[in-house]
Amino acid sequence: MGNLVSRRQFLKLTGGAAVGAAAVSTDARAAASADAGGAVLPYKAKVVGKAGLLASDHAVAFTFPDASSPCALLKLGTAVPGGVGPDQDIVAYSTMCTHMGCGVSYDSAQRVFSCPCHFSVFDAEKSGEMVCGQATENLPRIVLKYDGKDDSITAVAVVGLLYGRQSNIL
Amino acid sequence: MSTTHDRVALPPVGAQRTNLTCHFCIVGCGYHVYKWDAEVEGGRAPNQNALGLDFRKQLPPLTAIMTPAMTNVIKDKDGRRYNIMILPDRGCSVNQGLSSTRGGQLAKVMYTADGVGRERLRNPRVYVGDAWFDTSWDDALGLYCGVTKKILDSDGPAELVFDCFDHGGAGGGFENTWGTGKLMFTALKTPMVRIHNRPAYNSECHATREMGIGELNNSYEDAELADVIMAIGCNSYETQTNYFLAHWVPNLLGGTVAKKQKWFPGEAAGRARIIFVDPRRTPTIAVAEQVAGNDNVLHLDIEPGTDIALFNGLLTYIVEQGWHDGDFIARHTRDFDVTVPANRLSLEETSRITAVPVARLRQAAEWAYRPKAAGQRTRTMHAYEKGIIWGNDNYLIQSALVDLVLATHNVGRRGTGVVRMGGHQEGYTRPPYPGDKKIYIDQEIIQGRGLMYTAWGANPFQTTLNAEQHRAAILHRAGIVREAIGKARGASTKDKVDVIYDAVKNRGGLFLASINLYPTALAEAAHVLLPAAHPGETHLTSMNGERRCRLSERFMDPPGVARADCLIAADIANSLRAMYAAEGKADLSMRFAGFDWKTEEDAFNDGFRAAGTAGAPPIDSQGGGTGYLATYERLRAAGNNGVQLPIKEYNDGKLIGTEMLYTDNKFDTADGKAIFKPSPWPGLPRMVADQRAKHRFWINNGRVNEVWQTGYHDMYNEFVRGRWPMAFLEINPDDAASLGVSAGDVVELFNDYGSTYAMTYPEPSIKKSQTFMQFGYWNGIAGDLVTPWTDRNIIPYYKGTWASIRRVGTVADFKETVSFKPRRYA
Repeated sequence: MGNLVSRRQFLKLTGGAAVGAAAVSTDARAAASADAGGAVLPYKAKVVGKAGLLASDHAVAFTFPDASSPCALLKLGTAVPGGVGPDQDIVAYSTMCTHMGCGVSYDSAQRVFSCPCHFSVFDAEKSGEMVCGQATENLPRIVLKYDGKDDSITAVAVVGLLYGRQSNIL
Repeated sequence: MSTTHDRVALPPVGAQRTNLTCHFCIVGCGYHVYKWDAEVEGGRAPNQNALGLDFRKQLPPLTAIMTPAMTNVIKDKDGRRYNIMILPDRGCSVNQGLSSTRGGQLAKVMYTADGVGRERLRNPRVYVGDAWFDTSWDDALGLYCGVTKKILDSDGPAELVFDCFDHGGAGGGFENTWGTGKLMFTALKTPMVRIHNRPAYNSECHATREMGIGELNNSYEDAELADVIMAIGCNSYETQTNYFLAHWVPNLLGGTVAKKQKWFPGEAAGRARIIFVDPRRTPTIAVAEQVAGNDNVLHLDIEPGTDIALFNGLLTYIVEQGWHDGDFIARHTRDFDVTVPANRLSLEETSRITAVPVARLRQAAEWAYRPKAAGQRTRTMHAYEKGIIWGNDNYLIQSALVDLVLATHNVGRRGTGVVRMGGHQEGYTRPPYPGDKKIYIDQEIIQGRGLMYTAWGANPFQTTLNAEQHRAAILHRAGIVREAIGKARGASTKDKVDVIYDAVKNRGGLFLASINLYPTALAEAAHVLLPAAHPGETHLTSMNGERRCRLSERFMDPPGVARADCLIAADIANSLRAMYAAEGKADLSMRFAGFDWKTEEDAFNDGFRAAGTAGAPPIDSQGGGTGYLATYERLRAAGNNGVQLPIKEYNDGKLIGTEMLYTDNKFDTADGKAIFKPSPWPGLPRMVADQRAKHRFWINNGRVNEVWQTGYHDMYNEFVRGRWPMAFLEINPDDAASLGVSAGDVVELFNDYGSTYAMTYPEPSIKKSQTFMQFGYWNGIAGDLVTPWTDRNIIPYYKGTWASIRRVGTVADFKETVSFKPRRYA
């Protein structure tokens, strides 16, 4: 097989999709399992903020699942599908455009992420749906968990392939 | 399919790599297809995968595009599963590594049993009793050819009606236009043919061709060299995406100045300015303003249908200013002297008609037509598409535009050109049309004429004018045949043919066959469905908007027993040939000879490569008389850059093509002189003006970025269907409020010709009493509202209809899941 790594070998090396799935929310696992070739990788959960400290419509930068993957955490002020926190309004996205990886910027007036390279626009209130543009994927959504005990927001998985990667976990 | 993949399989080193030209829009971006065993993956190190990229770390932006939609797992007929990955080709001069949202999903839409293509036709189907059933090719062809022969023998070819593609890309290509054309025109000899998007057999570019100028006369590179781009009725960010992004945008950014200086030494060179002619502020205009700055973008937001007045006003003005090219006009054109007075319109009158202020008209003329300096004519490229093609009198608008272009010599010089932007790719090779006049086929059908109708890669239920009435006529007439078939239990094919013939001949019925990838909306009416193949499943050649011809290579099997269109045409011809031979009718049998093709390459050699060669019959081919130089082998070697038609020579192992037409000022007329054509402003057609008088809203309509054509793949693609579950209607927010509707509400649009539904999408830049509706969709059909008016060549005025709107109600699903954020980049 030379340099080839078979799928079975890959799963062995990474610990396998099933192990990874145990670490993520039911929502993400259910969505991923429907896809041939899809997987949910063994993301390492990371606390990314406190709900009470987030200002509405102000994007807070963080990285997940590693330092070379920039993301934005947002409190939208109104409940949205997939939103977490006391008001079900906290969401997070990768800020690398799924088309060619340019940094998307948050437009708080429209609550969209816009890419300056090829002009794709993604809706922060609709799970990153592409509004218009040249991407073939919506903006990857960072799956969040909220813990009411300490008001913490934890990133636990990514829905969608991050730009420029074969796998979301390098 | 959702988009939740968080890893993909990489092609291993040595994975099979073939070329694929995107088969959706006219631009024809180059892609590479990787195919390898599904149980194997390449590694992440650059020497472990076929892409040579290092996936052990994050790739920097703009390095490559590789998304889950660019992957799939397919199964060939040998039962083996393969991974496929289809990535844009950086070495292709067209797209230079860019993918559009449509082409970026080429892998995703390839057939798999549970994927986007799950509803593809795997087998022929026949309508029996009250349902569809799969059957064999023999059975389906026995019925199809049996009815065809019965009608041909009893009533003649003019009762055999076709609605057939004539283009390139999916549902087209030189192989398939030849196969279908040879069947319809040489074998069956029927003139009763319409083209997939219009109701007759006609060109969309009559005027410009009569004036001596083919409509695809420059290269994409000319958009990089132009001083000014005049974009008329084209929304190129959405509908010719990578032509716009890879060739217009660099010029608008000033990135091609050095190239201009090199090409045109001593000539003033700067970043391009762009002038849009469009009643609507399109998403392309918003992008252009971002890229070029507001000072370099001019929007002539004319009143609907007033293009002719605009061009005539500009022509009058530039002649008054002396900005026309007198020497070129005198030496290389005719009829300037009669055209200028015929088209004369003052800027003031032009402004009154178009509602564009005089100052802006004058500014446009100064940008586009005032010489840069003594002896330095401004290089202005005129790009046009459906705003003109489907505008208020296609023939006259094109005449008025080309008059202006000829007067200013903006053709045949690099950095210029008067070119249609295009919808599909091109791919025309056919015997001459066997009729002496254009026939308005839709009206023939509505009036009860024609006994059999074959829709071939076409869906007239979604893509014609006056569509509701046309659809009603077909449903009614096809229903008569369905009822007759339903009563013919246990009938042999021969008996069924007799039953069907009686229904069409004596009871007003219409026998309907559809040859397509999917059942489509026609399955509501049809009696036979034949499964076709598309690029990737069949070799295919086409040419793009700069006449660039590529071989798009087959890399997988079509689903089930689906076949390339040219081979289906051959099967039909060969079946009929055998039927006539069995009856001892040698002369009729011979009419159906010449289809002994085993592969699509045989059809390519028989048509495209035979055109103009000794002993060949007359063939109208976009390859001209040098198509014979292009073999599959040579095109394969030419890769995704292919060759620009017409081919000049084959030299040193390379096909040498033609970058720009008319550089020698010899035009396509008998004496080589281009012809000016008088085209005075006619006003709105009466039929259209009547709707305008009765109904409040102008229903502009057109294609949108995310959806290809009728949505034949996209209706099964959650990424697209989720975005557009229904045709959307852009409407001014104040108008929406006055109707009591908000984003996501469903409205009914109705006028004297039909009614349809659409999903409300408020957009502040839409003017009051104007709207824009997604065209040709499967859920909301703009064509239902379009009047039956056509120009002298039976070209519709799709863009010109007016309707009333009423609120239907709220679809909670749309409100919850669909984004209604602005589609104009800000």
